[in-house]
Amino acid sequence: MNPLSEFIRGITKDNPTFGLVLGLCPTLAVTTSVENGIGMAMGTLFVLVGSNVMVSAIRNHIPGAVRLPIEIIVIATFVTIVDMVMEAFTPALYESLGVFIPLIVVNCIVIGRAEAYALKNGVFYSTIDAFGEGTGFLLVLMLIGGIREFLGTGIIDPFGITVINASAFMNPAMFMIMSPGAFLTISVLMTIVNYRRQQKAAKGG
Amino acid sequence: MVEKALFTILLEGLFVKNFLLIQFLGLCSFVGVTKDVKSASGMSGAVVFVMALAATVSFLLFNYVLVPLKLEFLRTIAFIVVIAALVQLVEFIVRKHVPALYRSLGIYLPLITTNCAVLGAVLLNVMNDYNLIQSVTFGVAAGLGYTVAMLMMAAIRERSNIVNVPKAVGRGVTYALFVATIMSMSFVNFFGVIPLD
Repeated sequence: MNPLSEFIRGITKDNPTFGLVLGLCPTLAVTTSVENGIGMAMGTLFVLVGSNVMVSAIRNHIPGAVRLPIEIIVIATFVTIVDMVMEAFTPALYESLGVFIPLIVVNCIVIGRAEAYALKNGVFYSTIDAFGEGTGFLLVLMLIGGIREFLGTGIIDPFGITVINASAFMNPAMFMIMSPGAFLTISVLMTIVNYRRQQKAAKGG
Repeated sequence: MVEKALFTILLEGLFVKNFLLIQFLGLCSFVGVTKDVKSASGMSGAVVFVMALAATVSFLLFNYVLVPLKLEFLRTIAFIVVIAALVQLVEFIVRKHVPALYRSLGIYLPLITTNCAVLGAVLLNVMNDYNLIQSVTFGVAAGLGYTVAMLMMAAIRERSNIVNVPKAVGRGVTYALFVATIMSMSFVNFFGVIPLD
């Protein structure tokens, strides 16, 4: 096991959205823009790292029968921290993410990694794993957020920095900002990923 | 804040702000347990039941314990513990007294603890400042809306088992998401049915 490959595994093979298919709710709900996607992913990343470190540090003292309640309490604690910090320092973002910040607590990625990785591995590798998964999640949210924001408004301007402004050349499709647009974007992306995987498998790779 | 009519809350939960198709809450079970109508209805039944209970208990807990003690910031932790405990309790009671129901709902009950729809409903109740009756109505309405979407999805997936789909789409999550796209397109049109306040 080497740290770099563990980190990259979270972005590629075990990517939260396309590999493990966990945490679909926030992936679809908050990706109306790149900015929201980044904010959500940062919150999740913090909770992931915190809970993975904590759970792997106390893993030898947790009785097997009550490990799920303990994991949930650990996660809920970190979520409460994120909730309060975001409310204090980024009120606009907090407002637009709404109920999905406290809902990080039931994000299957966080509890899934605590259960599947942190309970079995040391603190160092659990931290790496959390950063890998968190980065994978961040990239997916930015991608989906970017596609939806671009097609839906014609402008991508996270945190006031205009990256692309094509509103002069195109007629934005409101559809992409609304809920069906989210479902459509992720199903098309998932089809592409599946197709690539099957091609690779057919080649024997 | 203007008191919201119960009927409005019911319609919102069922159609306009459908949990699965508009608000994206509880999607894991939406793609996970909709392969056939039987398991979808089992899961939905369990969700409606737990949501109604959780809405009641969490309302009492928030307004009579957390608010007087000025511990509102603990609501996320408190609610998730309440839901987990409720699910356990329901499981015990159902297993002991209604074994037939347990056999059909049993395996879905543990799944509900991490279902964001239940926690989402409870949190939205608090954020909207609903009173007790409104909270329970919202819980039931959201559960019924969840049921509607789950059953439609399961029925569509069951019927389309014989349809040819591209290999890259397959029969799993990707296929379910394409179906969800179309269902969501129809549900979006419920916007404006109820004038927004």
